[in-house]
Amino acid sequence: MLLQQLVNGITLGAIYTLIALSFSLVMGILGVLNLAIAELFMLGGYFGFVAISAGLPLPIALLFGMAGSAILAGVIEKIGYQPFRNTTVVTPMLSTLGFSIILQNVATNLWGSDPLQLSDEVLGGRFMIGPIGISAMQLTLLGATVILVALLAFVVQRTSIGRALRAVAENRDVARLLGVSADRVTLLAFMLSGALAGAAGVLISLHYGAITPYIGVEIGLKAIAVMVVGGTTRIWGALIAGPLIGVVEVITIAYGGSQIRDFVVYGFMILILLLRPKGILGGAAADRVQRI
Amino acid sequence: MMSTYYAGLLADVGILLLGALSVYIILATGQLSLGNAGFMGIGAYLSSYLTVTVGIPLTLALVIAAVTAGAIGVIVGFPALRLNGIYLAMATLGFGEMVRSFFLNLSPMGGSEGFHGMQHISNGYIWSWASAILLLVMILEHSQVWLEMRAVRDDETAAGLVGLNTTIIKVGAFGFAAAVAAVSGGLFAHHHLYIEPGNFSFERSIDFVLAVILGGSTVSPGALIGALLLVMLPEYLRFLAEWRFAAFGALLIAMLLLRRQGILDRSLFRAFALRRPA
Amino acid sequence: MTAGQQPLLALSAVTKVFGGVHALDNVSLNVLPKQIAGIIGPNGAGKTTTFNIITGAYRPSRGTVMLGGTDIGSEPSHRIARAGISRTFQNIRLFADLTVLEHLLVAQPHGEFALRRLLPTRWANPQALRRAQETLEFFELEDVRERIAGSLPYGVQRRVEMARAITARPKLLLLDEPVAGMNHDEAEHIRRLMLKLRDGGVSILLIEHDMSFVMNLCDYLYVLDFGVMIAQGPPDQIRTNPVVLDAYLGYAA
Repeated sequence: MLLQQLVNGITLGAIYTLIALSFSLVMGILGVLNLAIAELFMLGGYFGFVAISAGLPLPIALLFGMAGSAILAGVIEKIGYQPFRNTTVVTPMLSTLGFSIILQNVATNLWGSDPLQLSDEVLGGRFMIGPIGISAMQLTLLGATVILVALLAFVVQRTSIGRALRAVAENRDVARLLGVSADRVTLLAFMLSGALAGAAGVLISLHYGAITPYIGVEIGLKAIAVMVVGGTTRIWGALIAGPLIGVVEVITIAYGGSQIRDFVVYGFMILILLLRPKGILGGAAADRVQRI
Repeated sequence: MMSTYYAGLLADVGILLLGALSVYIILATGQLSLGNAGFMGIGAYLSSYLTVTVGIPLTLALVIAAVTAGAIGVIVGFPALRLNGIYLAMATLGFGEMVRSFFLNLSPMGGSEGFHGMQHISNGYIWSWASAILLLVMILEHSQVWLEMRAVRDDETAAGLVGLNTTIIKVGAFGFAAAVAAVSGGLFAHHHLYIEPGNFSFERSIDFVLAVILGGSTVSPGALIGALLLVMLPEYLRFLAEWRFAAFGALLIAMLLLRRQGILDRSLFRAFALRRPA
Repeated sequence: MTAGQQPLLALSAVTKVFGGVHALDNVSLNVLPKQIAGIIGPNGAGKTTTFNIITGAYRPSRGTVMLGGTDIGSEPSHRIARAGISRTFQNIRLFADLTVLEHLLVAQPHGEFALRRLLPTRWANPQALRRAQETLEFFELEDVRERIAGSLPYGVQRRVEMARAITARPKLLLLDEPVAGMNHDEAEHIRRLMLKLRDGGVSILLIEHDMSFVMNLCDYLYVLDFGVMIAQGPPDQIRTNPVVLDAYLGYAA
């Protein structure tokens, strides 16, 4: 059932888009791969789960998950990024890896390694639109993703915060000359990124109706591929690449077997890296002018 | 009982040492690979196929696996090494995941069921390989080629302008590293006697990088110290029970904060060298 | 220019366009064997761009670059270096964690696939060490041979960079502002070294802002202004050339 697969693929893709944007906020602005984002996503799911179990409404649970992951991302920035600002790309990547080891361990100890299930009354029903089945939570997920991406686009494109982010992305030293505090902007980028990852976590736990401590690595790694396919510098890239990869994945599972799916996704990522390093919308490699 | 347990750990150190060296060799040219578990997987599956299904001696199988992985490394390296820094790191990550996924689908080798039937090898055999390759790398470090690799890492443009073929140097290092990772994989397979695609995941590649960075990324014995640390530390943290991984993560961050260059580095080596003028 | 002598390096009608801007416009220039030639001109005149074209960092948009009769305009940097052109940089570019001696070993020419490159240099290739030692002595760098080059004083770093360039045994040496930021004694030292190199058979093309240095050293000068060659000739002629005085020396004099 192709249409049904498309809907499922787009739902999964929406999650990829959010996490890919989370990765690319830090990557595009600071050139750092924050590996802890995968676990911030997973923890966002648990935060949302705790809020829902306490009887809070969904929007509050979403905000709760976002805030929790944003605060953790802020801590990671202070301890795991600031001290390594002037080092090579490897060091901050490994310190964020340290955090992801800690976060996963903490989640496993607090909530156990078995999946936690959400009750059916929270998850709501399932609609049939013609032959396509879509759950209330899938609709919530898609709606929330659209709102979050629109908000992010507004913040980045239209506000002074966004201008500061883009200035630092362009050139840290020039940004300082323009009176932008690079340190504050860095913290902001990490926290915004954390909030997006947290939101994605809450939404995926609603979609699957369950959450485990191991969801971060599996989905998070693939979100890196989505970020690359979309290009690290623009929001619209991830918006297209997320559903694209989601659909490719779901269709590969349907027609080629679930085992081949990662092969296709990562192969696609490598092709994009080699042929269109600026992402699917970004055009071919720029004229490589060496500065001497 | 305890002694077999520690013997197993010792074998793990030797296998991890080779994986770490494979990252170290690429890092010497200034590139980070997050996909060396892929080459390790190729070595593990190919050598197991050769010893179990074809029935040739292990040493020959390891050599064939190393040469094959080296060739794959060169073929993959030529396009990939146009990328730099974090982009190359992500491409290699993708490569590693592709290899894992490939073996998941390779039903003649068991697919997700895994593969077994290998003959067990002794610690002595593992450490003969590990120490021979460590020694080889330590000798290479005094060669012209290694000097050129370091020059490429420091300033690729300037290296090209003094006449170094930077592409050949980077691709060559990548191929050599792939061969070393394949040996690590072959020893892993014949030590654990059972392999599955999940053994060669992203986490394994990260272990290699961690060992090199913790041990010291500018001198090859750093990989040995790092491998020891990575295998033994969780053992020493056992008293922390279920919190030991969190403690390990915290130690990793603390280590990066306090001694970023790793435990061993070049200046430490120089301090012990006698002919060093003040 | 001495009539009838075959030029070592010949740029003919080289143009380089960056996004519509002509960084170099129809520039021709020759360097003869055992000549010290200079390129002068205001900042942004295209001097360093010329060096980047010669060394293969940029491809010329139009025109040819010939070295001893072969076209090198589309060769990669490392082949051009092997063919006999070495350079230094305006802002020194040394290998950050190599010692001075290692700088002189790494740049030595050798067969691409020679086995001895894989063996420890100290016993597989003693000639390389000997040659490096000779170069150290020539540039008076013996005292710092085991030091990390990047940690040395600025003037010494310049000499290391020149020594590294010479180690590749070039026919032509390109020097980008070799005495910038140096005091008189250091500059004089560099001048003596350059004359010795020239007498040893190396041609030199240099970019320099220090006018008295250029006038005292060069056999022949080219003057660039906004990517265009506005004058050329021996220093005596350039000194009195009204176009040059107007465009460049005018405000300096």
